[in-house]
Amino acid sequence: MINLKEQLIEEFGVNSIAENYNEITLTVESSSIVETCLKLRDRFSFDILIDLCGVDYSTFGSSDWQGSASSTGFSRARKKQEPKTKFSKRFAVVYHLLSVSNNNRVRVKSFVDEAEPIINSVTGIWSSADWYEREAFDLMGILFENHTDLRRILTDYGFKGHPLRKDFPLIGEVEMRYDEVLGRVVYEPVSIEPNINVPRVIRDK
Amino acid sequence: MAEIRNYTLNFGPQHPAAHGVLRLILELDGEVIERADPHIGLLHRGTEKLIESKPYNQSIGYMDRLDYVSMMCNEHAYVMAIEKMLNLDVPERAKYIRVMFDEITRILNHLMWLGTHGLDVGAMSIFLYAFRERERLIDCYEAVSGSRMHATYYRPGGVYRDLPDKMPKYLKSKLRSNKDLDKMNQDRQGSLLDFIDNFTKTFPSSIKQYDDLLTNNRIWKQRLVNIGIVSANRAKQLGFTGAMLRGSGVAWDLRKNQPYSVYDKLEFDIPVGVTGDCYDRYLVRMEEMRQSNRIIKQCVDWLRSNPGPVMSSNLKVSPPNRGDMKGDMESLIHHFKLFTEGYCLPEGEVYSAIEHPKGEFGIYLISDGANKPYRVKIRAPGFPHLASMDEMSRGHMLSDVVTIIGTQDIVFGEIDR
Repeated sequence: MINLKEQLIEEFGVNSIAENYNEITLTVESSSIVETCLKLRDRFSFDILIDLCGVDYSTFGSSDWQGSASSTGFSRARKKQEPKTKFSKRFAVVYHLLSVSNNNRVRVKSFVDEAEPIINSVTGIWSSADWYEREAFDLMGILFENHTDLRRILTDYGFKGHPLRKDFPLIGEVEMRYDEVLGRVVYEPVSIEPNINVPRVIRDK
Repeated sequence: MAEIRNYTLNFGPQHPAAHGVLRLILELDGEVIERADPHIGLLHRGTEKLIESKPYNQSIGYMDRLDYVSMMCNEHAYVMAIEKMLNLDVPERAKYIRVMFDEITRILNHLMWLGTHGLDVGAMSIFLYAFRERERLIDCYEAVSGSRMHATYYRPGGVYRDLPDKMPKYLKSKLRSNKDLDKMNQDRQGSLLDFIDNFTKTFPSSIKQYDDLLTNNRIWKQRLVNIGIVSANRAKQLGFTGAMLRGSGVAWDLRKNQPYSVYDKLEFDIPVGVTGDCYDRYLVRMEEMRQSNRIIKQCVDWLRSNPGPVMSSNLKVSPPNRGDMKGDMESLIHHFKLFTEGYCLPEGEVYSAIEHPKGEFGIYLISDGANKPYRVKIRAPGFPHLASMDEMSRGHMLSDVVTIIGTQDIVFGEIDR
């Protein structure tokens, strides 16, 4: 483990490596992701891509419960606060790699901009990336260049939006019902209101 | 001469061999698969989004509903992620209870897989035999958590409560005679541990029975041997874990290689396949059940002689004693805060993985310091397995697709999330 960390520092520089909870995180520029992953697979023998996912950092560190108590009571927690975040780029793509031969793991993280959420695909390096990238595209709206088949995977046929983005409401945007007159299922904007049962709070330790 | 064209066939989502709601678009050349395109997401419930909106403890229940045939294993990965971030100590007894129930869950899952895999390829009776044993284990779930499937038994810091001293018995009914009733209650006279102990004694003979029915059965072999061969290298490329990887000859098991909980104190072996076909994966899973039985036996023996707490005494994550709350202000506050707001995790991220019956089940948890997770990614083992459907079924006959779905041990709760 320590050995791996040293080797990674030697290869990628000390600034891109972080270790927390005995897990090594390697942060790289999105432009060099394929190059990095190839190195990790061939030189460090990370032969399995365990997981790939997108993360939306746009509301990182913001809570529902802010400001002083008011006479209106609990409703203050239901109002959405203005999002704030300490991250300059909105999205991150996170890769979890596993080496069966060396018995260790590494996490690779790469940030992409909101204006241009594009990153190169790693399907050529690990075949399992295929569906994971489709999933990240579907739920988070991150585009993977050179992916041969970037279709939606988990959401409904004809679905609009990317549900795991923080600005996508929990209750969704459309609801579905059967229309007697038209004789088919119709989609309409949701009629219910969003509700927060337990407000999100951040307590300083 | 007549024009010969490829035929596109829609398989599922309402097909008993589709194991739930799998929809496959198959391109056939005669009866040979040219291309398989699985359409998933018909059971998508947005679990990851829902978890972001709830305090940590309220999401344990969602874990049961992911892979709904191996409930407690899912919970284990989730509570381990929280414990890792909070740096919580879990009492030894709770760890043994968890491992025991993880292995019970593994047997539950494998019995379900065996029964449905058998049904898929035409072996009817195995399903009934498998469910006979499943019923007894499901009773253990019920005895310990009150629920037959969605247990919510594991909590950050331990388990919800200690094992019960009495195993619930069948009641008198007009439908059964006293003689039958006595027979049904025969192994329920003692505690839950006695019941489980008794199970571990009789289970090897049950496995022997499945073995006799299938292992050398000519039809079973004709349907499984040399079907869906995956080489060790391809298995790694495709992200296989668990029995799918071991079936291809890679000796990889998180319980051995990256031990968590108390697996490093227990004795068990890891079965490995040779050719990587469906039959090898069948043999691997059968042996896994025998090994699980061994582990359960060791846990029972340990638990019998080592009483103790089963929940961390840290009142930030575990509810206080009911009696204390009546007289102690502090306990009352802790109780109130825990059940209204929950607890905050420090800012950071962890990945915790366990050896789930289907493969590696992982929880990638990002916290921004709030009482709710910022992002949870559930790494479901079945997801990459199903993704390989195209590669595994190409060149096989239509009927082999069903065998391959069976051998992948697909459950849509976890794949669609």
